[in-house]
Amino acid sequence: MSSGRCAACRYLRRKCTEDCILSPYFPSNNPQRFVSVHRIYGASNVSKLLLRLPIHVRAEAADSLYFEAQCRLEDPVHGCVGLVFMLQQQIQAAESQLVKTRVQIAVMKSQAQHPQPREAESSFNNPFLRHFDNDANLSFSNQISSGFI
Amino acid sequence: MGGNSPCASCKLLRRRCAKDCIFAPYFPSDDPHKFAMVHKVFGASNVSKMLQELPVQQRADAVSSLVYEANARVRDPVYGCVGAISYLQNQVSQLQMQLAMAQAEIVCIQMQPAPQISLDQMVDDKSSFLHNHHFNFASSSLSTNVNICDSLNRDNIFGDIIS
Repeated sequence: MSSGRCAACRYLRRKCTEDCILSPYFPSNNPQRFVSVHRIYGASNVSKLLLRLPIHVRAEAADSLYFEAQCRLEDPVHGCVGLVFMLQQQIQAAESQLVKTRVQIAVMKSQAQHPQPREAESSFNNPFLRHFDNDANLSFSNQISSGFI
Repeated sequence: MGGNSPCASCKLLRRRCAKDCIFAPYFPSDDPHKFAMVHKVFGASNVSKMLQELPVQQRADAVSSLVYEANARVRDPVYGCVGAISYLQNQVSQLQMQLAMAQAEIVCIQMQPAPQISLDQMVDDKSSFLHNHHFNFASSSLSTNVNICDSLNRDNIFGDIIS
């Protein structure tokens, strides 16, 4: 239908046939996409790879190849593997932080359930309080009414 | 390395392994699978070009990452390494969410009122005050004292959160 060549065939200076394997995924309006992929994988490797796949997943495959090619062009030493390592480190850091936070929660809950010994100690040592029972409302009133205070 | 026995790449490509073969240091003959994967995905000439563009000290790392990517692509021809990245990004998001929830729980615990403070503790705090002052308090004065303690404690809790 269109007399225009796809980006791949234009770059490779060849005729773009109707059944060109690359044309659906490397349209002429985005030449850079093919250039990146070609530089890293080569046109024939990309064609072979896409040919081996069912048609309905080829678009995803082309996208992922482009992504990896871009990563490799930006970082020729690590490519997209640099991203993998960075994410693994982030996961380790987040897991470690999560463990610490959960321990902190457990400690706080434990402290809330078991108040500090200072309370018992002071009431034991303080003669003022030794005769009191645990009923807060009663003990001080009793103290007042019995003339203790 | 390329002296007597050809490296894995030259063996696969069926060519003479020169002394300065760019592949030889990174693709020894005892691991032919490694080069086979890389060649299948990237092609020998592309790998050669990539390595030539890098300083020598970075080539080993580059080869490692190329092998990693090639293996990922062979295992998953549709997504390759991108599949692993996507999976890891998901894990990071989930962990961050769990962390946010745990941190919110800490804030909630801090905001909870302190467990019913027993009169023992309140009196202990004020005992020296009471001891040194008149003791003839009416019960209404007592309840006022109790209310002041409660509001002081409440203020302390909010102060911690604000700080």
